[in-house]
Amino acid sequence: MSTLFLIQFLNGLQLGVLLFLLAAGLTLVFGIMDFVNLAHGSLYMVGAFFCATLTFWTGSFVWAALLAIPLTALVGLVLEIGVIRHLYQRDHLDHVLATFGFILIADTLVHLIWGPEGIAIPLPGYLRGQVEVLPGIIFPTFRLVIIGSGLLVAFGLYWLIGRTRLGMLIRAGASNRTMVSALGIDIKTLFTAVFALGAVLAGLAGMLIAPITEATIGMGNDIIITAFVVIIVGGIGSMKGAFIGALLIGLIDTLGRSFLDDILKLFIPINAAETAGPAISSMLIYLIMAAVLAFRPQGLFPPKVR
Amino acid sequence: MFKKTGIAALGLALMASATYAADIKIGYVTTLTTPAAVLGNDMKDAVNLALEHLGGKMAGKTVEVIFEDDGFKPEIGKQKTDKLVQQDDVPIVAGYIWSNVLLASAKSVLDAGKFLISSNAGPSQIAGKLCNKNFFSTSWQNDQTPMAMGEVLNQQGVKSLYLLGPNYAAGKNMMTGVQRTFKGEIKGKDLTKWPSQLDFSAELAKAKASGAEAIFVFYPGKAGGAFIKQYQQAGLKGVMDLYTVFTVDAISLPKLQAGKLEGVLGSRLTQQWDPTLDNAANKKFVADFRTKYKRYPSFYAAQAYDTINLIASGVEAVGGDMTKTDDLRAAMEKADYASVRGKYTYGKNHFPVQNFYLREVVADADGNWTTKVVKTVYENHVDPYVGECPLAQ
Amino acid sequence: MSDTASAQLNDHLRVPDFFGSSTGRVVTLVFMAVLLLVPVAAHFLGIRLQLVSLDFITRILCLAIAAVSLNLILGFGGMISFGHAAFIGIGAYCVGIPAYHGYGSAWLHFPLAVVASAAFALITGAISLRTRGVYFIMITMAFAQMGYYFFLSLEEYGGDDGLTIYSRSVFGIIDIEDKMVLFLLTYACLVAAIYSVYRIVNSRFGMVVRGCNSNEARMKALGYNTYAYKLTAYVIAGGMCGLAGALLGNFTTFISPDMMSWSRSGELMFMVILGGTGSLFGPVFGAVTFVFIEELLSSFTTYWALPFGILLILSVLFIKGGLNGLIQRGWKRD
Repeated sequence: MSTLFLIQFLNGLQLGVLLFLLAAGLTLVFGIMDFVNLAHGSLYMVGAFFCATLTFWTGSFVWAALLAIPLTALVGLVLEIGVIRHLYQRDHLDHVLATFGFILIADTLVHLIWGPEGIAIPLPGYLRGQVEVLPGIIFPTFRLVIIGSGLLVAFGLYWLIGRTRLGMLIRAGASNRTMVSALGIDIKTLFTAVFALGAVLAGLAGMLIAPITEATIGMGNDIIITAFVVIIVGGIGSMKGAFIGALLIGLIDTLGRSFLDDILKLFIPINAAETAGPAISSMLIYLIMAAVLAFRPQGLFPPKVR
Repeated sequence: MFKKTGIAALGLALMASATYAADIKIGYVTTLTTPAAVLGNDMKDAVNLALEHLGGKMAGKTVEVIFEDDGFKPEIGKQKTDKLVQQDDVPIVAGYIWSNVLLASAKSVLDAGKFLISSNAGPSQIAGKLCNKNFFSTSWQNDQTPMAMGEVLNQQGVKSLYLLGPNYAAGKNMMTGVQRTFKGEIKGKDLTKWPSQLDFSAELAKAKASGAEAIFVFYPGKAGGAFIKQYQQAGLKGVMDLYTVFTVDAISLPKLQAGKLEGVLGSRLTQQWDPTLDNAANKKFVADFRTKYKRYPSFYAAQAYDTINLIASGVEAVGGDMTKTDDLRAAMEKADYASVRGKYTYGKNHFPVQNFYLREVVADADGNWTTKVVKTVYENHVDPYVGECPLAQ
Repeated sequence: MSDTASAQLNDHLRVPDFFGSSTGRVVTLVFMAVLLLVPVAAHFLGIRLQLVSLDFITRILCLAIAAVSLNLILGFGGMISFGHAAFIGIGAYCVGIPAYHGYGSAWLHFPLAVVASAAFALITGAISLRTRGVYFIMITMAFAQMGYYFFLSLEEYGGDDGLTIYSRSVFGIIDIEDKMVLFLLTYACLVAAIYSVYRIVNSRFGMVVRGCNSNEARMKALGYNTYAYKLTAYVIAGGMCGLAGALLGNFTTFISPDMMSWSRSGELMFMVILGGTGSLFGPVFGAVTFVFIEELLSSFTTYWALPFGILLILSVLFIKGGLNGLIQRGWKRD
């Protein structure tokens, strides 16, 4: 039981880290540009497909991922300059609708370019195996790599936002946008840079999950809703909130899937528990979100100045 | 400006409706968008190949197949079926990969007194209580293939099993099927969110912790490839043997090969058909399919090919007069056509009574991954729901 | 407050005429007449064309009722609900579940659909309305997702596979198994829904709700319990949408949790925006245009979502005030 719990804890951590990569970009774009980007999941998909194609071209997953990152950033840049920029002045409703349209376009473009079947990404031999983390706890190497890279990115963001000039501008922009531009900062460029950063983080998440699941059409459409739950629970615009929220949601989702049907079996017939279990564990994260908002309408860690 | 657009749109609409006038129209509902489109396209290719083999005619009359996309959703599938039945007024609606789409759509077709022919889905309800004289299957009832697998597991001496599959109609049938015949202990069972869940880390960890000797899996389409990878990444090969139904197919194998997942070679599955089955119709089908589309046909394709030939046998019998529904039905009940699985008969619920084979994943002479038949598990197997069907034989 | 802002406020609080401008009156009347007469004529003339068929138009009308109800809170009340499809689902299951157990009376189904949806709206609205802005958008979506997973977990009623309704609701006086009757009933419900919204937004209650949309702080300062007003509007909209769900369930005779997925809520929002928020007939224009274009494009190409997505974005960027705005202005851009 305890072995299983530890493994599920690691699985939950891995999901949480992945959610963090998505949520970090969302919360940046949301916090600074006040822009709701439903199409953030499409960048996640695009990252995965770039990485898949490049893996077959270069013959190496690692090189492919390194090359796919600037490519995803480029997509983010083009998107921001081409369309998103013109939407900042509109209200949230228009954001939701326009980016909803984007999801349709992105999914169909991917279908046209890569075909419907999706691509499996081969991993190099040293990433395919398993590691004995603790005695008796055997865990896939690549999932550990995901956890590691996610934590590394989290630390990098912490440094970027807390210690660099760009980070200072981001923090300032989140607190008071007009003031930043009044100080002579080119707010347009800042916004573009932040959007591209968000795109890279989402793309990276896609690249990391694709060797496990495959790069497929519409892969971002379900997880993006979960990522929204994360930033709402954590507090919009807060990086700390996104991190803690992501780990929380990742763990709850995984542990729910793992143990809820066993718990339910104590109360309801086994057959009903087996089918209700997965549905109720999917519901759990929304229950958490509603509960958090009912008591703290601004999320757990709302940014201080607004 | 909008007036003009409106008029243009109306014009387009009228053009769209001016369908080319074939003598016999057949509706075909399958999945043409979403990642599952790869299955739907395989079926569509097979349908087109069958029509080509027939010279585009049945009983001397021209045939047109109207393809509709179910978008992988029961609701859309039903909408498209309604359109085929009401607007296109086709006498036969065929296709259907997914059991839940078929269940949602069946009423529309059958209430209108038209024929419904499933090329893949075989939900228990349609085989039992909801069986209908105008329904035919050219595939199987969902429980049958896993029943054959349960039998294989017994023969291999497997003592305990963990079950994993998606939470929808077919997933539930598959789990029931294997439990019907498997005599060992079921250590646990998980049904996952369908079709969105592709990461099975939590379920695999549970399966491993359960201590089961083997794992039985049903994941059609893209989920199958994802599962196989994660099974391998979790290092379960050799710890917990993998037995699958409808998870490894001619569509996932090339992808698994490209992804270098050698773990799947040698894995075993049960099915009513295999590209190596030795009969003239199958040889022609597989050879021509490979020539035309440069890949192996999947079982989806084989069943779709059979669907068109079954219809052709019926249409020939009534001389192309689609109003003779009783004669058409009687002709199709004989299954008097060259099926690529070999000869089979129909039970009273119009599901095939047929053989099931054990297949193994191997590399062919050119190094392409495919399957071959190991042995016959069941001969002339009858599905377990036929007794619940109130139709008279 | 600046001049433009107060002008905007006045603009908001102006009582909408039933049809709007004189051009609007003509276009709207013609449009509604076409919506009624064309499918009926096509039916009697035996024209087998999907886009003018009773089936197709009935589905649009059901969605139009839902869009009209969403417009009450979104357009007039400024509450951006991203979970409106939940009410459609609840309404539909209120037909499906009793029918599954053999209770076929419409006099049970329809009131149940309205009451259950309104109750769901009351509970979720009471919590959601504590939040604002994006949080409100997201919490309404969260509640809809909960509803989605709730029905998914109901194994008895098909779970993910959905539930087939083997006979439609029985009214006794009319027979909606006849698709013409169902069409006319749905049409009547749509007209009734539009008229109710007209009466509501022009009542004192409606003025307060619209006032909250323009300037909630001012309404509070005037002593109104804005929370209660908004919640009431939310509940009314929920109940009305439940009716749309019951009709849709009867129409499709198949219901599944998918009816309440978040993309469905997004589509409803789109219909409202496309048609023009805060106008009486806008949501109807929006629903018709949306479904019509979707159907048209998908009949031409498998890749219909691409041009459709582009159209959606262009309409957000360039059509101010939605289709209704265009119509009222007599087709001019501004």
